[in-house]
Amino acid sequence: MLHGRTIRSTIPCGRIRSINLTSDPAGFTVVDYRSIPGRNVVALIADDQPCLAERVVRHYAEPILLLAHEDRERLITAEVDVQYEPSEPLLDPLRSPNVFKSIAIHKGDLEAGFARADEIVEGEYRVGHQEHVYIETNGVIAVPGDGAVTVYGSLQCPYYVQKALRVMLGLPAERVRVVQAETGGGFGGKEEYPSIVAAHACLLALKSQRPVKLIYDRAEDMVATTKRHPAIIRTRTGVTREGRLTAIDIDVLLDGGAYMTLSPVVLSRGVIHATGPYRCDNVRVNGRVVMTNTPPNGAFRGFGAPQTQFAAEVHMERIAERLGMDPVRLREMNALRAGDTTATGQVLGRDTSALAVLREAVARTDFKRRRREMRGTRRGLGLALFFHGAGFTGSGEVRLASKASLELTERGARILVASADMGQGSRTVHAQIVAETLGVPYEAVEVARVDTASVPDSGPTVASRTTMIVGGLLERCAAEMRRTLGRLTPREYLKRHGPIVITKQYEAPTTAVFDEDTYTGDAYGTYAWACDVAEVEYDPVTYEIRPVHITAVQEIGRALNPMLAAGQIEGGTAQGVGYALLEEVVMRDGHMANAQLTNYAAPTTMDTPRIDVVIQERPYRHGPFGAKGLGELPFDGVAPAIANAVRHLGFDVRALPLTPERIMNAPPVRKPK
Amino acid sequence: MRFRLNGKQVDVRAPAMKRLLDVLREDCGLTGTKEGCGEGECGACTVLLDGQAVNSCLVPFGQVRGRSVKTIEGLRGRHPLQDAFITEGGAQCGICTPGMIMAAAALPPNATLDQVRVGLAGNLCRCTGYMGIYRAVKKAQGSGLKAQARTRAKAGTNRTQKAAR
Ligand code: FES
Ligand code: FES
Repeated sequence: MLHGRTIRSTIPCGRIRSINLTSDPAGFTVVDYRSIPGRNVVALIADDQPCLAERVVRHYAEPILLLAHEDRERLITAEVDVQYEPSEPLLDPLRSPNVFKSIAIHKGDLEAGFARADEIVEGEYRVGHQEHVYIETNGVIAVPGDGAVTVYGSLQCPYYVQKALRVMLGLPAERVRVVQAETGGGFGGKEEYPSIVAAHACLLALKSQRPVKLIYDRAEDMVATTKRHPAIIRTRTGVTREGRLTAIDIDVLLDGGAYMTLSPVVLSRGVIHATGPYRCDNVRVNGRVVMTNTPPNGAFRGFGAPQTQFAAEVHMERIAERLGMDPVRLREMNALRAGDTTATGQVLGRDTSALAVLREAVARTDFKRRRREMRGTRRGLGLALFFHGAGFTGSGEVRLASKASLELTERGARILVASADMGQGSRTVHAQIVAETLGVPYEAVEVARVDTASVPDSGPTVASRTTMIVGGLLERCAAEMRRTLGRLTPREYLKRHGPIVITKQYEAPTTAVFDEDTYTGDAYGTYAWACDVAEVEYDPVTYEIRPVHITAVQEIGRALNPMLAAGQIEGGTAQGVGYALLEEVVMRDGHMANAQLTNYAAPTTMDTPRIDVVIQERPYRHGPFGAKGLGELPFDGVAPAIANAVRHLGFDVRALPLTPERIMNAPPVRKPK
Repeated sequence: MRFRLNGKQVDVRAPAMKRLLDVLREDCGLTGTKEGCGEGECGACTVLLDGQAVNSCLVPFGQVRGRSVKTIEGLRGRHPLQDAFITEGGAQCGICTPGMIMAAAALPPNATLDQVRVGLAGNLCRCTGYMGIYRAVKKAQGSGLKAQARTRAKAGTNRTQKAAR
């Protein structure tokens, strides 16, 4: 087996003049863009990102050349001299003329709404990059075959990788096999990026005709791979004296980085969630995601919704402050209820739980009384109300047309899906769904290895869709299998009638329609709802904010496995604590200057507060056993809850992370007029 | 170089400056010990060196001469912590788990929650938010005491038997 290495640009923008391997080339396999048999692109939404740079580089750490060698030491110490003609990089998203995608949502009559307002509250909110810090870095092994290739990797979306490889290698699907290895965390960070790692490993493997292992070390993973999109959000809200929202006008700007990746879809989810879970008849959301000469940003748990809901919830708090109103009362008054319409005009169903989670969170934490008692102390208490739509946005699921299969076995059944378990426990939950529906013990259900050679394309393992959508398909497979079996046991059936495999494909549950041109209609099948209450303590000497306790009340339809569901909520909440308080990607001249766990601080045990999880269940009609999507929801509201607790301490904060520097420089929260 | 690995005397030839992490994974074939950062920040590579939790990515192989190294494989899937991590949701993706369990194995018996937090502060977990890990450690400490008492009782009988012979 050879080890692989990626040679990357050391400038953010410019032309490549020359590339020279200056070390002794003996034993090296060297690959540049000319070795690419198919198209030199990472196929995703737009084919704008080259697999290997040709003449120009558009961001720091862009892949230029690939090396492989048997001896890791020689590989690491090999020197490559790349000469550039640098040009002025574009680093400020506010000044970028290159728009990857813009989206506008319109509802009602904005001007009329503002005309009815007694107060208008405006503000700008900013969030930076966030790094995934899955503890296992990106890595794959590529094994060449006869005009074919097999990839084993740490990845979320085997069929995304397969598609990218087909296009880049010019091979038919049956010659590109992708196998998911046990994956040490993903959180979105292994949604699109593994396509690049796999492409590089394949090129080296095909050229050397030897298996190639390409594993990033932490620094490379942090410098080169995708991050959460930074955002600048401007909000203007009209509100009556009593606290009714009359108009909301939001401008969302996301920094996409140098290539499009999944940015348009991140923007889409971001703008749809931008108002927060509130009703308002007059809404405008203008969103755009632009290009800068920085490493491309991509999928990360929440996918645009955490950025915009941070702004929405801190803004809500500011409205309450302006009106001199109880923040709970303000939210209660405006929270979405069943029958209300969202910004896209989606009429909400009976499983709308904004009020229920809010009231539960307030009661559990004795919010109002404790908040009063804390006034003037070093403790602060804040909350955030939020929601998250599960599954692909709009007609995404219809377009995906995912499939899941179930094969009858002697003991029960074998699940065949492309869903990657990366810790969320999807194998367990899928097996539970099948066992329950088929009427066999849990132990009688196996889950096949995720391998494109044997499982159908169930779509990517993203968007909180694995239980709700893929699990739903499996429920249908199992129900049909049960009908087919009749009174026979699996063993008897196999003996009499031979093997069966049942495959189901996604069908839109109702007449759910979404118009992508006008951005109106049912953006998601349903939403999960949550309210977080954060208690923080502040150190007047160091300006440090210590999170003390978070209560997370989350309505998720049905918790199919309460332990795993709690694990998702606890884990997502801890990541949110990092986003709120610690995690800051320092960008210097277009590259991450703190690409080390030493100075990019993901929360340790000492930074993570006690987290109390409260699960509420209001079944979703079309989810398996009523389940809604859960994976991303818990992340969305942590940062605004913590920021609002900091506001309660009197600091007017509107940007993340809430580092001591930021607290020190924050102006005081203004008292109501 | 001779040292004790998971209770057995072994002799492994590897450069003295090679990281213990790599020696374990590449020369000893024990891939349960993981690399998350290679700079002593994440604890995924935690092993016990003479009973103390260390980051094996920071230990040059030369330093283990004549000493005792215990890895996750040395717990043989039978340690109460391993069971508790499964039943209490202490592991999600599992990449931090071997290191986390080794660090937890080095905690004092009956550790308080604060002691557990401090003892595991060098081990990052990005999945669980640590709550499941605390539950697992607590549970294992309960059942672990019973198990230890059982082994002690057994060891005691062995000794008496030997003495009788
Ligand atoms: S790999 Fe040793 S501490 Fe991270
Ligand atoms: S379980 Fe995934 S990092 Fe801990």
